[in-house]
Amino acid sequence: MGRENKQWLRDLRGAVEDRESALTDLRDIVLRNLRKALAGRAHVDDSFLEDSVQDALLRILDRLDQFQGRSQFVTWATAIAIRVALGELRRSRWKDVSLDTVLEGTDHVPDRAIETAPGPEERFERQALIDKMLELIETDLTERQRTVLLAELRGMPQDEIARHLGSNRNAVYKLTHDARKKLKSALQKAGYQAEECATTLPH
Amino acid sequence: MIFTKEEIENLLRLVSLTNDAELNCEECLALVAEFAEQHLAGKSVSSGLEAVERHLDICDECREEFEALKKTLS
Repeated sequence: MGRENKQWLRDLRGAVEDRESALTDLRDIVLRNLRKALAGRAHVDDSFLEDSVQDALLRILDRLDQFQGRSQFVTWATAIAIRVALGELRRSRWKDVSLDTVLEGTDHVPDRAIETAPGPEERFERQALIDKMLELIETDLTERQRTVLLAELRGMPQDEIARHLGSNRNAVYKLTHDARKKLKSALQKAGYQAEECATTLPH
Repeated sequence: MIFTKEEIENLLRLVSLTNDAELNCEECLALVAEFAEQHLAGKSVSSGLEAVERHLDICDECREEFEALKKTLS
């Protein structure tokens, strides 16, 4: 316990005895932190936490070379463990939901922003912007980009979208990033600035 | 494929936050520990970490992970 960053790295890469001692200490710290990070969440029990820590330790060891020493080692390790654990929670929540179901779901909330907008002119302008966006989504994006954007907007985790598409989270992020860039550029060409897009009328 | 108006509003917000160069989720994970420590120490975000802040504004999942990490540091 109480290791500095260099000591953690040295021990985790060291001889069996040092390595096992460091792993035991790291396991205890990560488990304690994960328990704190996920307190109050459904489906988080001791068994889930133990499994998550085991998976996280493997990932941490696999990435030791990527640790740059710009934070405390245990903070870095905890961030990885949180990604592992929340990823598993998301996966178990969404595992039986197909991409088609998400895309077909039309819990329509039409016109809510529009109906209560302050004035007719502002309403009209906002509606024009929304109509333009709908047009650009159809004309400027690929089917795959539309699929990923809509699934994300409906709350499907990127890892799950990636699983359905046979891809990975980074590739999904790149797809949506490219789609957002295309839309932003097309909106600017149509005379809309980023600040106008950001304005959300009161609900 | 039907986007509701609420979804279009959300998409407009995301588009307004979009930059040409953004971190992806893996790159964000590599830097989020440093970002969280600076954030909780009340330090202003150093220039190299502004991209983390921008990614967290866009990515709900990384934002959720960051909020969980903050709980362990507080």
